[in-house]
Amino acid sequence: MNVETVAARAETPTQGLAPAMPKMSIRNLDFFYGRFRALKNINLDVAERRVTAFIGPSGCGKSTLLRTLNRMYSLYPGQRAIGEILLDGDDILAPGVDINMLRAKVGMVFQKPTPFPMSIYDNIAFGVSLYENLSGRAMDERVEWALTKAAMWDEAKDKLKQSGMALSGGQQQRLCIARAVSVKPEVLLLDEPTSALDPISTAKIEELITELKEDYTIAIVTHNMQQAARVSDFTGYMYLGELVEFGETDQIFLKPKRKATEDYITGRFG
Amino acid sequence: MSSPSATAALPTPMISRNEPRTAREPGPPARPKGAPPWQDWLFERTTMFFTLLVLFTLVGIIAALAWAAVPAFQKFGLGFFFTNIWDPVKMEFGALAPIYGTLVTSAIALLIGVPVSFGIALFLTEMCPVILKRPLGTAVELLAAIPSIIYGMWGLFVFAPVFGDYVQPALTKVFGNLWILGPLFQGAPNGIGVLSAGFILSIMVIPFIASVMRDVFEIVPPVLKESAYGIGATTWEVVWNVVLPYTRAGVIGGIMLGLGRALGETMAVTFVIGNAYRINASLFEPGNSIASALANEFNEAAEPVHRASLIALGLVLFLLTFVVLACSRMLLAQLAKDEGQQT
Repeated sequence: MNVETVAARAETPTQGLAPAMPKMSIRNLDFFYGRFRALKNINLDVAERRVTAFIGPSGCGKSTLLRTLNRMYSLYPGQRAIGEILLDGDDILAPGVDINMLRAKVGMVFQKPTPFPMSIYDNIAFGVSLYENLSGRAMDERVEWALTKAAMWDEAKDKLKQSGMALSGGQQQRLCIARAVSVKPEVLLLDEPTSALDPISTAKIEELITELKEDYTIAIVTHNMQQAARVSDFTGYMYLGELVEFGETDQIFLKPKRKATEDYITGRFG
Repeated sequence: MSSPSATAALPTPMISRNEPRTAREPGPPARPKGAPPWQDWLFERTTMFFTLLVLFTLVGIIAALAWAAVPAFQKFGLGFFFTNIWDPVKMEFGALAPIYGTLVTSAIALLIGVPVSFGIALFLTEMCPVILKRPLGTAVELLAAIPSIIYGMWGLFVFAPVFGDYVQPALTKVFGNLWILGPLFQGAPNGIGVLSAGFILSIMVIPFIASVMRDVFEIVPPVLKESAYGIGATTWEVVWNVVLPYTRAGVIGGIMLGLGRALGETMAVTFVIGNAYRINASLFEPGNSIASALANEFNEAAEPVHRASLIALGLVLFLLTFVVLACSRMLLAQLAKDEGQQT
């Protein structure tokens, strides 16, 4: 897929919303685990205030792609990315980028809920206090705001002092979303956020994603194709480290251009 | 291991062995060569016997110590614990000075050892290049393999002169005039004394605490650390706010292991502590610990009261380590309880 078509598509309005502007632009991205090339020449735009979904069979590189967007990979020696990822025009792969600031701007939620070993309140206040110096009252308001955003406030307001690890799986995951939202990032990366949850929790989180995209740019990796179809505006199908097809979700699911995409979506493969 | 849970966990092959099964019968298949039914019973009793052996040994040692210490308590009463006198000529004995020395040297050892161990464990798990991880980790563990007599000799002949010539004068200069802290760091810098013993002990407990800390830091799920890094936390913030609370049970366990060693360490302390039954405000002054008092005097204790007093000292050391262990258990239980309700 070449750059021109991606840029052209980004101009087209979707579902009556304002035209989607690219928030993150990935250009000629290769990724290596040691010598293994896990991503091969990826080019795409993540549209601002839209949900971009990545689907594909296990090991296709979709999680790897997500982990390059906040440079999570750079915690591990031997993993490296080559190419360009522009966030509002600045290359985040360039040397000298403040990785902690980048991660505060590009938040992440993982497959398994990962509450910190502290109270529900502190789970959120911890992240906020890393970059902002809020008074007790302002912090209370921020915690309430974040929990409300994650549809957790009603369940959590009476037990803010309890350990976050004592919540149910679905609640823990929404707490993690609240935590990611609380630092007011610009982009949210969701790495299979519902694969460890029951259907009701999953529905709640999908609803949440739709609400959150009013304020945030969201990229989501999912195994569940129905989920991609339900929540996303753009979808990329990946296979063996390559981006096979990328486009508006309706187009990908209704009239995919590539045979490989069609085979995967219709369940003939994968 | 309690007997009902142990037997409940096992499939019960009794019925299938006695009655012929039909092919459609559900349940576990009969073992073709089944073990005789008394085997489990015998196995359980044997392991229970081994475990009880430990308990009997423990109780036996306490009883023997207490019994042998009776003459000392008869003569000095409870005052034995609170009197600062140790005079084999007049046969007057009180345990306060060695108790004080043991507690203070152990406290110094932890005060120095715990932060250093934390730093070592942090570096080894979070920041160390992969190539250096194994050699450095092994080196830290090798520190534990050095016999304590070597630490003692090194402490007396190498460490103490350097400590007395350079470190102690510097400490006096920096802290000597401070309020409260000042008196601790005044006095003759002769390199031998309570502070030196504490230093040597800290080197000896570091490998224990550091390797336990490293092991528990390594079992923190990477995804938990990633999610802390994912909101923009630095390595220090991740370790201090997430890794440490997550592993606190293990960390406390490691510190207690180190404390246990510091309380009971004999040879190395004997070399550098000075062996004087005195309680001084200054940490530079010589003192004594329970273990080194025992090592020094048992050969010469001919009088029954002297012997009984030394054995009573041993009993005190036993109780001290026991209390430390019990306190750490209670602390951990409290933490586990809080985990469910509040943090």
